[in-house]
Amino acid sequence: MGYTIVYLSLIVLIPLATLVIKTAELSPGELWTLATSPRAMASYQVTFGASLAAALVNTALGPIVAWALVRYQFPGRALLDAIVDIPFALPTAVSGLALTAVLAPTGWIGRWLTPLGIKAVFTPLGITLALIFIGLPFVVRTVQPVLEELEPEVEEAAAVLGATRWQILGRVVLPALTPALLTGFALAFARAIGEYGSVVFISGNKQFETEITPLLIMTRLEQFDYAGATALALVMLVVSFAMLLAINGLGAWARRRAGHA
Amino acid sequence: MTDALAMAARRSARVGPPLGAPIGPPIGAPIAATDEPAWVRRTVIGVAIGFVGLFVLVPLAAVVVEALRAGLAAYGRAIAEPAALSAVKLTFLASAIAVPLNVVFGVAAAWAIARFRFPGRSILITLIDLPLAVSPVIAGMVYLLLFGRQGLLGPWLTDHGIKVVFALPGIVLATTFVTFPFVARELIPLMESQGAEEEEAAIVLGATGWQTFVRVTLPKIKWGLWYGIVLCTARAMGEFGAVSVVSGHIRGRTATLPLHVEILYNEYEYQAAFAVASLLVVLALASLVARRVIARRVEVI
Amino acid sequence: MTIEVRGLSKKFGAFAALDNVSLDVPGGGLIALLGPSGSGKTTLLRLLAGLERPDAGSAWIDGVDLASQSARQRNVGLVFQHYALFRHLDVYENIAFALRVRKRPRAEVDARVRELLALIQLESFERRLPSQLSGGQRQRVALARALAARPRVLLLDEPFGALDAQVRAELRSWLRRLHDEIHLTTVFVTHDQDEAFEVADRVVVMNRGRIEQVGAPAEVFEHPANDFVMRFLGHVNVLEAELGDGRARIGDVTLAIDSAPGGPGRIYVRPHDVELARAPADGALAARVVRVTPLSSGLKVDLSVPALGSRLRADLDWERGAALGLRDGEDVFLSLRRARAFARPPSAAGEDTTADAA
Repeated sequence: MGYTIVYLSLIVLIPLATLVIKTAELSPGELWTLATSPRAMASYQVTFGASLAAALVNTALGPIVAWALVRYQFPGRALLDAIVDIPFALPTAVSGLALTAVLAPTGWIGRWLTPLGIKAVFTPLGITLALIFIGLPFVVRTVQPVLEELEPEVEEAAAVLGATRWQILGRVVLPALTPALLTGFALAFARAIGEYGSVVFISGNKQFETEITPLLIMTRLEQFDYAGATALALVMLVVSFAMLLAINGLGAWARRRAGHA
Repeated sequence: MTDALAMAARRSARVGPPLGAPIGPPIGAPIAATDEPAWVRRTVIGVAIGFVGLFVLVPLAAVVVEALRAGLAAYGRAIAEPAALSAVKLTFLASAIAVPLNVVFGVAAAWAIARFRFPGRSILITLIDLPLAVSPVIAGMVYLLLFGRQGLLGPWLTDHGIKVVFALPGIVLATTFVTFPFVARELIPLMESQGAEEEEAAIVLGATGWQTFVRVTLPKIKWGLWYGIVLCTARAMGEFGAVSVVSGHIRGRTATLPLHVEILYNEYEYQAAFAVASLLVVLALASLVARRVIARRVEVI
Repeated sequence: MTIEVRGLSKKFGAFAALDNVSLDVPGGGLIALLGPSGSGKTTLLRLLAGLERPDAGSAWIDGVDLASQSARQRNVGLVFQHYALFRHLDVYENIAFALRVRKRPRAEVDARVRELLALIQLESFERRLPSQLSGGQRQRVALARALAARPRVLLLDEPFGALDAQVRAELRSWLRRLHDEIHLTTVFVTHDQDEAFEVADRVVVMNRGRIEQVGAPAEVFEHPANDFVMRFLGHVNVLEAELGDGRARIGDVTLAIDSAPGGPGRIYVRPHDVELARAPADGALAARVVRVTPLSSGLKVDLSVPALGSRLRADLDWERGAALGLRDGEDVFLSLRRARAFARPPSAAGEDTTADAA
């Protein structure tokens, strides 16, 4: 058993070690220059900006979907519940292709946007829409179990104490959901930052405008600029790990908050 | 017993009468003290359906429609095209290697983590979560850094005529990396919650470690294991970013299905791209269905 | 503060939780709704609170028809079995909740919360979260929270059910003392007879959605209206018999009984109404002691009585028990000081006729 674990861990560990080694090959000054080149900075803006916007949209609309799934009965509820999983199950290339087809000027949705002067493909808007698609399940599935666990008695108690329905939602339900909302947001955001497949089709990869950081890394690798790629990868990893810590921390905080009452 | 029945009846009654049913208070009025007015309910349901329908259903439908736009014959040709077929073969081959590797690792790691405390346990747990936190491009990149022509081992490999990147081994490695966590993460909480009593009983009854594992542990984790395998396989077949970095995109040789879709797209062969993509859609939907079916079994046990 | 209920009925699907229930609760009274699970007591409480709407019937609090008021308008206080405290709010804010949603000025809220904290004796706990409190403390906070907006009526749903025995006993007497102090009309639900008897002025015995009997604890216990009440309250020996002419016949034995309808029925004898003696007396039956068990209140004697073809339980106080000095297996003579008879109820599936004899 032990050998299996070690042996297979090597598949993960050794390549990661390589990253460390390559990083060490560069001086801090070099790393800094590479990581903060104008093109890199533009890519951060695109990536983080779109990811943030997408995660926010999902955090706003995700709970509504979760609420409908948990609290209401309506025809197609079970189907809706199953559909929520699709962005997570679909290969990213397929997602990217599908979204591009739909949002293109001749696409099913694109054709409604063109008269309004909205361009969805080859723009940051398109990237954001793709990232909303990707992050949709994260918030919904994080909020859903918490909603299911909410004791009805607590809402009933608030009602008998004189609260209107809106007051109940704002003072009792929302605070209970906040940890899950934050965790869902962090998960959606973290996933969006690293997303590649679903975005490259729709973004058009215009330098400085719609080039996401993962794609820039890819480009650098194709040009054998391993140093440049490494520097960018480092930036992404730092952010990813920070997010991982945040997510785990939020999870622990949420568990503490939900202590028995 | 009747109390529980009353509670259950009360709970299901909260959801409201079926649409169009004449019993109870008028449809507009709240059913219980803690329900929203009907217009709020309808709006929320509408927004939920609209949001999900627009963002998920429409793109999915588009794939199917576009794939069949030129007719079934053209669809068949796109799928049967040699490059597409070899993409299918490559995808299945890579997954057939990566998934079992990760299953073995996942079972071993879950067993060790759930049953024992050992130095490095928390490191192992973090390690398992790692591939999920990392962008797929970076996942592929590290193999390039190691095995690529300019990588650490590059020269050595070239000297010995071994191709890792831009060939099957690289694809397998990248796929393994990316799907590393799935089986383990599925089994660890399952085994932790199941407890070790049955295994302990088996050992006291005289079974060896291996016998205990095969006769006691494996049957208990069967459905969780299947769930993890389905997740792992679906992800392995659909992986794009990581494989994209290491494969070199050589049409017909090192292109997996997702990569083949990209190649077709870049060559403006849209209908063919959708046709190949639809295969992946079928795969994804099949894995979703399989997961739902299995998830129910996991709960029952 | 008075509560009137007339003909209240409520069904959940096919299950009749409440069936044509009528009740009067005087202002300032403390009544217990007592009954087994599924008897409708919680449903009645929830209807009064406004958490459910009745299918038929009406209820009034202080003459105001509750049909015209939603749950939040009724100003009743409700305490749940599992507290239902707001986990994200500390003790202070939990208690203040009712006043906050009514947008009361800060000074008023503060004064009232402090008053209640003193009442429940948790002054130093105001910043604690519910997760940091014991079960008994949580329930006291839940009570204070319910009282904050000066409700007209206080409703408690098995308030001590989730607590362990000692805390339960403490809170029971505490609730009684509280009621004596503030004289708020209180209705509480319980399935525990001891609790109902200890706390309440009057007891409402319920079964299967109906009220079986209403009265002071002693009255309900000594003069049960029907066989359900007799069996539900305390232990009782049950014997099948033929009734008629002021007599009951069980096999070869004839017993004089209070009053009885004719026909097949049952005899009910409380364990403390079974007298034991070493020497035979007029009308006494021979019995053998199966087992003698000391209980906290006296001696429990399990007897087998061949003439009646069943077992009986007798409860003796310590004095009598010591005087007799009974041991397992000995022969004694028993007579029944008092027996009630009721006609056999319409067949209820699965009713166990010997369960209460032990």
